[in-house]
Amino acid sequence: MVDFLVGPMAYGFMQRGLVAAILVGIVCAVMGAFVVLRGLAFIGDAVSHAAFPGLVIAYMLGIPLYIGGAVAAVGTALAIGAVARRGALRFDTAVGVLFAGTFAFGIVLFSTIEGYVADLFSYLLGNVLGITFADIIQIAILGGVVLLVVALLRKELLYASFDQAGAAASGLPVVTLDYLLLGLVGVTIVVSIQAVGIIMVVAMLVTPAATGQLLVDKFWDLVKIAIAVSIVSAVTGLYVSFYLNVASGASIVLVETLLFALALLFSPKSGWLVGRRRGRRAEELQAVARPTVDI
Amino acid sequence: MERERDRAGAPLSAIAPLSAPAAIAVRLRQVTAGYSARIALDEVDLEIAVGSLLAVIGPNGAGKSTLLKVIAGLLLPFSGTVEVLGGAPRAVAKRIAYVPQAEMVDWSFPVTVGDVVMMGRVPLIGIGRSPGKQDRAAVDAALETVAMAGSRNRQIGALSGGQRRRVFLARALAAEPELYLLDEPVTGVDVTTQEDLMRILGAESDAGRTVVATTHDLASAAHHFHQVAFMNGRIIASGPADLVLDPALLTATYGGHVIVLPAGDRTIIDDAHHHDDAPTGERHFHDGAG
Repeated sequence: MVDFLVGPMAYGFMQRGLVAAILVGIVCAVMGAFVVLRGLAFIGDAVSHAAFPGLVIAYMLGIPLYIGGAVAAVGTALAIGAVARRGALRFDTAVGVLFAGTFAFGIVLFSTIEGYVADLFSYLLGNVLGITFADIIQIAILGGVVLLVVALLRKELLYASFDQAGAAASGLPVVTLDYLLLGLVGVTIVVSIQAVGIIMVVAMLVTPAATGQLLVDKFWDLVKIAIAVSIVSAVTGLYVSFYLNVASGASIVLVETLLFALALLFSPKSGWLVGRRRGRRAEELQAVARPTVDI
Repeated sequence: MERERDRAGAPLSAIAPLSAPAAIAVRLRQVTAGYSARIALDEVDLEIAVGSLLAVIGPNGAGKSTLLKVIAGLLLPFSGTVEVLGGAPRAVAKRIAYVPQAEMVDWSFPVTVGDVVMMGRVPLIGIGRSPGKQDRAAVDAALETVAMAGSRNRQIGALSGGQRRRVFLARALAAEPELYLLDEPVTGVDVTTQEDLMRILGAESDAGRTVVATTHDLASAAHHFHQVAFMNGRIIASGPADLVLDPALLTATYGGHVIVLPAGDRTIIDDAHHHDDAPTGERHFHDGAG
């Protein structure tokens, strides 16, 4: 058993992968709580896809990929915010157009590159086991900045997320906070793309927070559960990936999805199975009470 | 239009308590405001004295909520000037508490009663800081005032409609504002809650703070408020609350949608449009005043 757990950690790529997956998981869990409660899941997906052309252009220009990804992701996140404010089209329509268009642009650029580009492929599907020490430093710094900003503005972000009008009337700069939130989502996505890939990053944002929402009623408890789900999934997913020799990012996401499904079924608050059992118990109590009422 | 304006006499919109000259909490001059497709306020002039307890009444779509949003600084007018507590609304925001309509709130949001009331303190606490002893005391006091101290740890979605309004009023109280702007604070709540909330707002008004609330409930406007403003795109009339009993003003405000029946010493007002979710054709009768 000890060998089973310690064995894989003899490999440097597993150590780095584990650290990276946990760091990314924590940042995604915290931002995911806001994404889920603000209904920004679709935006998260759009922003991650929009990062792709940025990555390809950075590759073609020979500059660090994450810079290209960051510019494209944060730029798209802010552009979506601006579209939302103008409101000429239905919001999800505008996001859908932007999302597919930018990704298509990335694919077209990608197809002009001759030969196999392992780096860029790893951004599409994620390759947490290919992460270098320098990547970890990058993730730690950018993720740390995101967490620091959220920590400083925790009350304001929560208030503006819950009641935008009330928060604005009391003097909070809600428009600035909105753009800041979108920008932070953009940075979080860039940080996460290398680990789990463009296509699955939205799961890292949404699934742990959604699991928390099924289980608890308080915002910061939700964040704690999301962090726990992320860490457990990162560790479990990596071991699954190691022993079954399957894709690492996808394994992490699958474990998260499994935990979400368990919460859906068994949550004491809202679980389908537990909830039903509760309902039955209430019916039984009523049945017992009824005769006395009739008398 | 001009005829209706004349009916109320001039000056139309000066709302002052008996002891004039009173300080003015809110002053709107020629304010036109609305949304991209629609003008909701048309050249509104309104002065609200400090310490007023003002009900804004009018049919659906009359611009009541828009008026509150303009005063709160949530909506910039197309033209005209808005002066609140001696400054621009955004500049005095910390001294304003705004309570949105219940339908505007996501009740499934994972926050507790205590969390919501503490939000009233957020602008006062400041960025990066945690609530201090004073903030917790303000939250405790506000929860006591609205009789919700025992529900501090409940999620807001688990509360009844009346309890939700109590919690939002507590959030406003905790902010210790000089101006309360409340959108439909007592619509659809039980009588006890309505009486409790209005007693609290009355006490705030007595203490020199200004309360402006929209309402669909004409009986409540007459009973619980000190002043009333009739709105339908503009201010049709304003003055002491018993103006609510004036059939001519009601007709001018509600048009054909109101039927005023003199019934002995009472006025029965039928405003068939005033309950948003009432089934079509359902009618509600209110005693005007005793």
